[in-house]
Amino acid sequence: MRGYTATVTVRLKDGVLDPEAKTTQRALERLGFELDALRSADQFEIDLTADTGPDARRRVEEMTEQLLANPTLHDYEIAVEKR
Amino acid sequence: MTVGIVQFGGSNCDRDTLVALETLGIDAQLVWHRDGLPAETTGVLLPGGFSYGDYLRAGAMAAQSPIMSEVRTVAADGVPVLGICNGAQIGCESSLTPGAFTTNQTARFKCEHVYLRVENADTPWTSQYHHGEVLEFPIAHGEGRFEIENDHLNRLEADDRILLRYCDSEGAVTEEANPNGSKRGVAGITGREDHIAVMMPHPERVCLSDVGPTDGRGVLRGFAH
Repeated sequence: MRGYTATVTVRLKDGVLDPEAKTTQRALERLGFELDALRSADQFEIDLTADTGPDARRRVEEMTEQLLANPTLHDYEIAVEKR
Repeated sequence: MTVGIVQFGGSNCDRDTLVALETLGIDAQLVWHRDGLPAETTGVLLPGGFSYGDYLRAGAMAAQSPIMSEVRTVAADGVPVLGICNGAQIGCESSLTPGAFTTNQTARFKCEHVYLRVENADTPWTSQYHHGEVLEFPIAHGEGRFEIENDHLNRLEADDRILLRYCDSEGAVTEEANPNGSKRGVAGITGREDHIAVMMPHPERVCLSDVGPTDGRGVLRGFAH
């Protein structure tokens, strides 16, 4: 068994409106910044102990499917590193 | 027989719904989520509020609580289940109903009265109204925008599973009358069977004649069906 850190990034699917990102973009533009687009995402860092990296990933996938992401709204990515 | 009004940490419309149901002569009781559903449950109401502080997504945490497995089981047995506001978000997060209620288009909390058009009057929740009738209910939510894939929404429409849409006082579904950017103005939908339903507007807040109109009574009478 060894320690891993999984980084889960949960973002809205293409085509799903992101009002908070729009509001943030407008605020940046009001401050005088120029930008083409802004997207927001949630990121979770999970420390866990597992036999192997693939084991750690499988468990984090389950966590993400069950709670962290909503399949109606979100896509997600998981990156696993040794801790 | 009793309607269980499920209280989570942060529910705040639980007692309003209890008073509204009692006013209609419908037996109901408050049920703390950790205590589980009473054996004699004949209906389940998921009330509004901010369960678990709306952390992660509104309704996401409450949807994972053990009592929701019980709710899904009794719902499958035909017990009527209604989710209002935060209860609607919990209903979608726990797959009792399809889609999701997410951040309003304006990213602002909306607290106002809206008009709703009855899209399907052939459900326990709407049988007191007629098809196309215009109702006036309050809304109070920051995450009420109904979101779902277009193909899925087409199927729901074809199956007559849209309960209510936001409209103007004449019953026209317009962009201006849509308070939160819900896809195609959807304010309430039914589950796989129509004894399961969720809606963002608050019928329990328009039930007592002492405080105003009583348009919402028909929805709650679904429990007496």
